[in-house]
Amino acid sequence: MREPTDDEQDEAEEIEATQDDQKNLHGCPVTESSGQTVLHPQEDDYQALIETLREEGYEVCVDLCGADYLGNDSRVLPPSISPERFELVVNLLDLGAARRVRIRVQISETSPRIASISDIHPGAEAMEREATDMFGLQFEGHPDPTPILLPDGWEGHPLRKDFSMGRIPVQFKAVDGR
Amino acid sequence: MTKLDHLRNRDAVLRMSETEAEERASVVDPDDERMIINMGPQHPSTHGVLRVTMELQGETVLRSKPVIGYLHTGMEKTAEDLTYLQGPTNVTRMDYASPLFTELTFSLAVESLLEVEIPDRATWIRMLMCELNRMSSHLLFLATNGMDLGAVGMMIYGWREREEVLRFFEKVTGLRMNHNYIRPGGVAADLPDGWREDIRSILDVLPERLEQFDVLMTGQPIWRERTQGIGVITTEEALALGATGPILRSTGYAWDLRRSMPYLAYDQVEFDIVVGTYGDTFDRYAIRLNEIRESMRIVEQCIELMPDGPYRTEDRKVTPPPRARIDESMEALIHHFKIFTEGFKVPPGETYTAVESPRGELGCYLVSDGGPKPQRMHIRAPSFVNLQTLPHMMHGGLLADAIAVISSIDPIMGEVDR
Repeated sequence: MREPTDDEQDEAEEIEATQDDQKNLHGCPVTESSGQTVLHPQEDDYQALIETLREEGYEVCVDLCGADYLGNDSRVLPPSISPERFELVVNLLDLGAARRVRIRVQISETSPRIASISDIHPGAEAMEREATDMFGLQFEGHPDPTPILLPDGWEGHPLRKDFSMGRIPVQFKAVDGR
Repeated sequence: MTKLDHLRNRDAVLRMSETEAEERASVVDPDDERMIINMGPQHPSTHGVLRVTMELQGETVLRSKPVIGYLHTGMEKTAEDLTYLQGPTNVTRMDYASPLFTELTFSLAVESLLEVEIPDRATWIRMLMCELNRMSSHLLFLATNGMDLGAVGMMIYGWREREEVLRFFEKVTGLRMNHNYIRPGGVAADLPDGWREDIRSILDVLPERLEQFDVLMTGQPIWRERTQGIGVITTEEALALGATGPILRSTGYAWDLRRSMPYLAYDQVEFDIVVGTYGDTFDRYAIRLNEIRESMRIVEQCIELMPDGPYRTEDRKVTPPPRARIDESMEALIHHFKIFTEGFKVPPGETYTAVESPRGELGCYLVSDGGPKPQRMHIRAPSFVNLQTLPHMMHGGLLADAIAVISSIDPIMGEVDR
């Protein structure tokens, strides 16, 4: 068995170092993206994490949206997180300390369900309804899971990658008696 | 959790599907005299196509629900099919009253993934144009707010002043609205000759006009009667509902991204953050009126401090080669062609950038897979989130005041529905 070259050894050391450096916050792996802090909780810990962060000062849920990674192999996740097709991205804001944190939760294609945070942040209600419309993510415990941007009875979830543009003609509702 | 319990117990939000609301529409319940009525989506005071389903008891609004989506055209989906250079043409159509801000937040997001440096002059031009846009947007608010409450003269005055600003925009960008002026890498063109004089002429007339508005509205008893104490919201409620911008500031909470988390060169200019006290419709009106004055201060400083230099980055990855080079170099021609057909590639990654638009925090969440088009582009629209405060502000008020409250949120439906 040949000895690893210096370069290879350096590389191995570097990877180990990054694994040791792997920061954790409330039990979630933390990464940096464009200078912003990103947390990667497991699906089951998500609601508790939001609650903990709110008590820590992140009291505004600024943004909540879905993302579909079908056909995108370029994303980098911490080793303990297994990639799934969908992601739920939540941006929290701490006004007192003027800092932000982003939470990315992996959601599986087969059962796109996750706990709703509208109990903790009532402002997330409309944004969760939008994510349901656009990606078909189901939020358990949501007080009003009706369509928000799409008409009642619309079929499909437009922002999914397999929903191609112009494929389906625009669906109109007929008015009775006209 | 007390503040949240308070929000929940108030029972201000009508949780009812469209179909059910239609069935029960305009039928008076004989027991408690409640009825569901439908306002909009074509009501003149709903600022476009906002529809509000309200539960009334007599003239009092009990529960309500904003019904939106009439302007939804799938702009986030469209963005996935446009290159990063074409992107601003799409996002600029979201908030049509303040288009430059959406262009700005999108461009900042692309630049943060590209890690390109923006020349100073481009930064200051962006700041100058955005503050002028804040003025034009707030003038539009004053016009529509006045009109909604019966001060029809105000509508004409607000539009007149706004037109002065739009005329300047037309001179700089070629268009009155939907400019596509702020692009990844800088701005589309340098400021035209004589821009200082043009802005000065706006700044000269505006203070006097604003004082006229004070006489017409601010100090006028009828105006105060209709706006003071109407649609009150507290700081806790605003924060819980995610409201930002003038709505949050009207409650006395001095949160402005330009000050708290500075972007562009806002840390180098002097301005004050205008806050209210009571969180009512009058405070939201007064904040916007006075923010015009603060924006004028910033514009004044931009005129003085505007640095020289290039108006877009010299990075050849994002900026096409100069026109003169194309005539003499085949490579430059190919390069130019490539940028405009295939687009430039952005390294994989994701980012969130936010700016303070006239309506609140305007954010852009961008995911790149390394190609020339975004994998996902999401705009955090302030109007969309702010609209959630509507049921809470209208709860227990009169139907006639509902108009004042909707107007004071200043929603732009293009941005709400995207």
